[in-house]
Amino acid sequence: MATVQDLEIRDPAARVGGAVEELRDLQGEKMVLNMGPSHPATHGVLRIVLELDGEVITKADPDVGYLHRGDEKIAENMTYTQFIPYTDRLDYLAPLANNVAYALAVEKLLGLQDRLPPRCQYIRVMCAELARISAHLLGLGAFAMDVGALTVFLLTFTEREKIYNLCESLTGARFTTSYTRIGGVARDLPPGWCAAVRKFLQEVVINLAEVETLLTRNRIWVDRTKDVGVIPKDVAIDYGLSGPNLRGSGVDQDLRKTHPYLCYRDLQFDVPLGSVGDCYDRYLVRMEEMRQSVRLLHQCLDKIPGGADNPAGEPVNVDDGKIILPPKEKVLSGMEELIHQFMLVTQGVNVPPGEVYFGHENPKGELGFYINSRGGGTPYRLKIRSPSFVNLSVLSHLMPGHVMSDTVAILGSLDFVMGECDR
Amino acid sequence: MSALEFAQKIKARFGDLVSEPAEFRGEITLRLADAQQIFELCDFARRQLSFDYLVDISSLDNYGEDPRWTVVYHLRRLANGFELRVKTDVSEEKSELPSVIGVWRTANWHEREIYDMMGIRFSGHPDLRRILMWEGYPYFPLRKDFPLAGKPTDLPGVAFTKPAPLEGGPFVTVPGGKDAIAREPRVRTPED
Repeated sequence: MATVQDLEIRDPAARVGGAVEELRDLQGEKMVLNMGPSHPATHGVLRIVLELDGEVITKADPDVGYLHRGDEKIAENMTYTQFIPYTDRLDYLAPLANNVAYALAVEKLLGLQDRLPPRCQYIRVMCAELARISAHLLGLGAFAMDVGALTVFLLTFTEREKIYNLCESLTGARFTTSYTRIGGVARDLPPGWCAAVRKFLQEVVINLAEVETLLTRNRIWVDRTKDVGVIPKDVAIDYGLSGPNLRGSGVDQDLRKTHPYLCYRDLQFDVPLGSVGDCYDRYLVRMEEMRQSVRLLHQCLDKIPGGADNPAGEPVNVDDGKIILPPKEKVLSGMEELIHQFMLVTQGVNVPPGEVYFGHENPKGELGFYINSRGGGTPYRLKIRSPSFVNLSVLSHLMPGHVMSDTVAILGSLDFVMGECDR
Repeated sequence: MSALEFAQKIKARFGDLVSEPAEFRGEITLRLADAQQIFELCDFARRQLSFDYLVDISSLDNYGEDPRWTVVYHLRRLANGFELRVKTDVSEEKSELPSVIGVWRTANWHEREIYDMMGIRFSGHPDLRRILMWEGYPYFPLRKDFPLAGKPTDLPGVAFTKPAPLEGGPFVTVPGGKDAIAREPRVRTPED
């Protein structure tokens, strides 16, 4: 780590001229630099107030909240199902994963987690893993672009575009997917979707290999990221980091392994870990996580109950009329279904009183929902534990001692999303 | 060893101050009677029982009840993934409890957020400023008596001086009114 005291004047002539004394005066002067909220390297609306001594950062004060929309307040005023579109807008780089996380939290409160049909579980795992690839591709592309490797960004965005096409055919929306429902998913997989995913998986590994050749042994990349922004193990735990940032520091924590949900128990995957905890390690962890996601997706496509096109009609929703909307034709012909439809639409799913916390391994880290219910169709309190918010809190500890140009590398490697941080 | 046994150890250490562990959906909840003891409890859980990871701190506004506030801590033991929830009540008159930054540094931003949203203060917090709302904002928006549409205020340039554009809630339109453009509140000019 650089310090100001290292400065020395190498020119003998200047030394004789008394410039050393002048320099000593200069060392006392610090500059406050405002970075953001509108800055390309802050990936959204993060503002950091930096105190600089020359090039060296002596203090950093992150200022968040520019994207605060009051999601938690809004959640208290609508039914559980109505809140699903708001979860798209948390981590807007991985909306499918947020949908899955939120649905699982409400289902935990309802006591449904063991009653989810297997096909629904596989579909949700595929959604979460596709979202992970998509989010990591963007995080990695933006990180590399900030550090000066523009080509990577173009490569990863080509692949993300394909994921958006898959999202579109699955959910009807490219960005704001709102795909899950309490107790299931909005619709079954469309015909030909599984084949399209397989084709995408074959293409993405080729592209990932190309990105790897561009970066992993690239001298400039290694110089800019290695031993920069080192987060030791104990600091990472103390600051509550999660996801690739925690694993980059060598902490073996993945909620898919430690608190398995959905069908992750039946699937094989490895959890990559870093050894140093610097920006380079976090890059390597994300790179490998994408490969593991590809591996998971292949297994899901092989094992999904009902097969790709589901000719046997495997259910994708919980068989409970008080939770899942009945099919339209039954609403128009059956009294019971009409009542269920009416109750669900006007009052929402009737949730028992109680409280649960559910943490989901999102691309950015642990996205948790703490739901406190007093019964009825709306939560009494819904707290979102957002990984980006917690991951950013380490900045004021991490930045001092680095030079200004390391800021973009550190920010890129932490891979945060302000929509989720500010909620 | 299970999460329940760790909860029993905390119960044994603090005696009557801590309630019997309650279980719901596989989660263990402990209730601490005296909020002033929260630092001691967390410190004990961290140092003696290795609950090294603070997942989250959350807050509840039990509006109309006494005590008004509940602060909820989610603890995790990374070695085996055991989780524990600790809840403690804070009265409205006091609205203050000890900070746990000395136990986990991640508590810093969580506590700032609770102060910002609910107005509960944490004694011993080195930097208790607003975090999501701006400095000088006069209200605590997650309180139950704060309306969804926001509040007008007389303070110029600090908070809204006019009703929020979505007053009445984001999805409330006037039924049977004029055409859709007139009903849509966002396209109205302030003079209307």
